[in-house]
Amino acid sequence: MLVDSQKVGDLAENLAKMDEVKGRSLWGDALRRFKQNKAAMVSLIILTLVILFSLTGQFLTPWSNEEIDWNIMGNVAEMGKPSFETGHYFGADDLGRDLYARVVQGSRISLMVGVVGALIAVIVGTLYGAVAGYVGGRTDQIMMRIVDILMSIPYMFVLILLLVVFGRSVVMLFVGIGLISWLDMSRIVRGQTLTIKNKEFVEAAQAMGVPGFKIIMKHIVPNLLGVVAVYATLLVPGMILTESFISFLGLGVQEPSTSWGALISEGAGTIQYGTPWQLWFPLAFFVVSLFCFFFIGDGLRDALDPKDR
Amino acid sequence: MSETIMQVQDLKVYFDVLPQGAMPWTKPRRLRAVDGVTFDLKAGETLGIVGESGCGKSTLARAVIRMIPAEAGSVLWLGQELLKFDKKQLRNQRKQVQMIFQDPLASLNPRMNIGEIIAEPLKTHYPETPKAEIKQRVREVMEKVGLLPNLVNRYPHEFSGGQCQRIGIARALIMKPKLIICDEPVSALDVSIQAQVVNLLKELQDEMGLSLIFIAHDLSIVKHISTRIMVLYLGNMVELSDSADLYAHPRHPYTQALISAVPIPDPEIERNKEVILIEGDLPSPINPPSGCVFRTRCPRAADLCAQQKPEWRDAGDGHMVACHFHD
Ligand code: SF4
Repeated sequence: MLVDSQKVGDLAENLAKMDEVKGRSLWGDALRRFKQNKAAMVSLIILTLVILFSLTGQFLTPWSNEEIDWNIMGNVAEMGKPSFETGHYFGADDLGRDLYARVVQGSRISLMVGVVGALIAVIVGTLYGAVAGYVGGRTDQIMMRIVDILMSIPYMFVLILLLVVFGRSVVMLFVGIGLISWLDMSRIVRGQTLTIKNKEFVEAAQAMGVPGFKIIMKHIVPNLLGVVAVYATLLVPGMILTESFISFLGLGVQEPSTSWGALISEGAGTIQYGTPWQLWFPLAFFVVSLFCFFFIGDGLRDALDPKDR
Repeated sequence: MSETIMQVQDLKVYFDVLPQGAMPWTKPRRLRAVDGVTFDLKAGETLGIVGESGCGKSTLARAVIRMIPAEAGSVLWLGQELLKFDKKQLRNQRKQVQMIFQDPLASLNPRMNIGEIIAEPLKTHYPETPKAEIKQRVREVMEKVGLLPNLVNRYPHEFSGGQCQRIGIARALIMKPKLIICDEPVSALDVSIQAQVVNLLKELQDEMGLSLIFIAHDLSIVKHISTRIMVLYLGNMVELSDSADLYAHPRHPYTQALISAVPIPDPEIERNKEVILIEGDLPSPINPPSGCVFRTRCPRAADLCAQQKPEWRDAGDGHMVACHFHD
């Protein structure tokens, strides 16, 4: 057998000089799997469009969300139909305001409520749950009993009380939703932390003298993020639903501000006057967005599921 | 005579365990995980610790570096009482002791790449180290343990078990420690790879003058690497001696049984040799047998064994054994 020593030498040299190989991180793997999930990808695209719509939609229409079209006032059922001629793409609402502009405004508020609520849940819930789970013992017991107590309060009732007592405002809505949204999250995170805590790499970090908080931030939280991400995408629609429900009751955001829930409520109230578009357009946005969130959450879960590995 | 880096005196580790379905007011019961262990460790030496699973060997290894609080006893680290160290001293001590674990993949954080994992001890203890130097040192140790340095950006799941264990060893080495505690570092690996890892540890030890505490449940692995071997049973020391001596002339009935169970590569001898079977199960460390802990399974047990705990005695040439009727 002949071995070309020249070639072998070259090979060795190449190996030595070889640039650093890029690794496949678990995140990268998950992203690849997510991209293969058609429903989730389509949902992501639609949702992006909805978000773009809520941010820039007002530039595409001559009407603002406050202006009242005096021409059609009083005869919305006849003249306020959706049409391109009048510039009311989605028609007009009961007062003669442009529904398209109103939906843009409503989407913005609804999405904001959802995202802010989920964000509070993610940050507070993750840290709280991770600390409780990692420290363990009595601290854990006390921290989780507090969560139990908060959970046993009928929050819808408290939320409505808050809105009645302190007046209806978007800020109050955020406070109310933020207060309760992190409870479930902290429980889920604590449970996960308990499993991760017993992995050897956490013990390795302890053995090399890494301080406790750093272990939580560097070793526990990154390994939790999969669960947190999935749960957060499912939390956003939950928040939107809560807000819509409260707005539907007439306690949420206040005129002239609006949200999907408030628009649906108005549309449902006037449906017998022959103006169905006032219900269908906000409802369509609401339903489509919620579906998108659920599909994305589903896709994320499949992509991050450790059983796949 | 090389210096003694660690002296352990009569170390005891107890756990309080609650029985299943216990009420908050029920008294927890004492589990004697480690019950009076004494040994010392010299620089550059390997102490093998052998015993069945559940005999307290992992607990012992963690207690001597204070990963688990000890109930009583003393651990002198370079002449100072480790069990009384404050936070700062303990942090300092952590630089000099590192650990290698049983499950190589599980001991590496799956979200960090190899470079980050190996550099972590360095970054923890010397956060101001410049990036270039960290990179340089990571490359050095990777070469030392036989990994290609250009793999630094890879993630643990892209490596085999043996390679993962090398990564774990690299992480332990980067601080140039005095002592590495190896908690069954090869029992999760293939037999062919076990030898590679053990040899690697041995080479590194010679090169860097490391001390090792090497835990295993099986004598055949420990034999190759250890200077001295300690046999544990139910949290008690039963025998401690020079590796070759222990292997050639085991004095304690338990050690004799362990050694007879090790397969011999020669089929002729293997077929004819007599395997001493130990009957019964390991008793519960919550209520260990009176007198000698091994008496429930000992072929030589006599009345004396139940009444009196055998003392730790020298059976000649520093061969320590705890048995009334040792050979
Ligand atoms: S003391 Fe007795 S029971 Fe214990 S090992 Fe020796 S002979 Fe066996």
